[in-house]
Amino acid sequence: MNRRVVVTGLGVVSPNGIGLEKFERSLQNCSSGITFNQQLKNLRFGCNISAIPHVSDELKSKYYSPLFLKSIENTAIIFGGMAGLDAWEDAGLPKTDPEDTDWDSGVIFGCGSMSMDTFIGKKINMVDEGRSRWLGSRVIEQTMNSGTSAFLGGQLGLGNLVGSNSSACSTGTEAVIQGYERIKLGKAKRMLCGSCESHGPYNWGAFDSMRILCRDSNDLPMQGSRPMSADANGFVPGTGSGALILENLEDALDRGARIYAEILGGDINSGGQRNGGTMTAPSPVGVVRCIRSAIENSGIGPGDIDGICGHLTSTMADLLEIKNWAEALQLKRDEFPMINALKSMIGHCLGSAGSLELVAVSLQLYKNFFHGSLNIENIHPEIEKYVDETEIPSQTINFEGEIIAKASFGFGDINTCIILRKWRN
Amino acid sequence: MEKLITANSEILIKLKKIIEPYLGVDTKIDDLTGDEDLINDLKINSAHIVDIIIDIESSFDIMIDDESINKMNTVNDAIRVVNQRINQ
Repeated sequence: MNRRVVVTGLGVVSPNGIGLEKFERSLQNCSSGITFNQQLKNLRFGCNISAIPHVSDELKSKYYSPLFLKSIENTAIIFGGMAGLDAWEDAGLPKTDPEDTDWDSGVIFGCGSMSMDTFIGKKINMVDEGRSRWLGSRVIEQTMNSGTSAFLGGQLGLGNLVGSNSSACSTGTEAVIQGYERIKLGKAKRMLCGSCESHGPYNWGAFDSMRILCRDSNDLPMQGSRPMSADANGFVPGTGSGALILENLEDALDRGARIYAEILGGDINSGGQRNGGTMTAPSPVGVVRCIRSAIENSGIGPGDIDGICGHLTSTMADLLEIKNWAEALQLKRDEFPMINALKSMIGHCLGSAGSLELVAVSLQLYKNFFHGSLNIENIHPEIEKYVDETEIPSQTINFEGEIIAKASFGFGDINTCIILRKWRN
Repeated sequence: MEKLITANSEILIKLKKIIEPYLGVDTKIDDLTGDEDLINDLKINSAHIVDIIIDIESSFDIMIDDESINKMNTVNDAIRVVNQRINQ
């Protein structure tokens, strides 16, 4: 079986916009979601800025019952659940039958680290104080990595694969590729794919200790995330959630669904922590293979790519990433496609980064725009050897291209690359 | 059938408040006789019984031993156990 797979629904809880409408407006205006974080300052972090979606209690109560909100505090599940339910509704899919299981639909909702959310501190203290008896029934689902997929599976009555992947900062893109492959093979008609990430000092402390979080912009939070810049100082930690409904083309057409984009192909690999790859650094050999393989199995050539949505975290690794794209595509400087970095607006949302970026890619293809990147006044001179600065727009522009390639990379020397094409009826 | 057994009204008010969020949308706490089985009749998820016990313990500042928990099948059972613990 070799089915074509399309994106028919989107949901998003982003630091710079909750819901598709606000998120799109932020992409159009290049609005930052990065703010000062007093808690990180109080805890003596070097980095005192972060990107967190501000979800009001009122908004939460539109998605969740009072009983749910009484016990579920993990923001990864709260944000992921909202994005997932929104994507389902956005796809025009019916509210599920309370009695029937939908055997043809599944969910892969990844998470980098579910258990490190701020809420866990209180629970760990209870255990240390000998009070585990009072933890209750709702802590497990907030610490298991599949907490969000389990929630969404129950809400939507899904009976196909209901699970979670976890692959560090590759998680979101990997979830979408895995869902794509499942539909392509005919094992599911429809997959809800996305990712989320717990937030707060427990999750970010060790990154701060590694000195890979931005430390020079505590007074100017919105300038902290500067992907591709000569003075990129580290990433700004963030959180959020993106969700996509993937569907086989036939079913999508049969039910007259709106199609945002087609997924042409993609691949997942690892450099094996050889050839320059380590736990924390990507092997260029692995990255190049992954990108080339995604292009090949998409049935296109490197020259067909009109835009790149980079991983680009605002660290010194951005230069290596650009070199790897250039090596993989074998394109000369004047042929290198346009490139943008969502992380310039919303920092690095770790496990949720890939899904947020893929929601952005789908929207851009559907609405014919290519979002600009913030803080790119000072592009790294080495990067300019591979990409002309006019291909790194600082403002959102009209996009007449058809194909966007997106890659995510993560700890463990793991790589993902996916290719999406604008849908034309 | 008699309505919820007459108990210290303070206990009843607190218990109603604890149990109410766990009831289905169609079930009204004030319509209960108190003899409905929490799991079979009121359709409370068995995992949530644990949370109700924890809420009762913290609300009344009491400890309920495992043996008593096994006997708490209805709202009236819960009232009996709470009464017993408070008066101990």
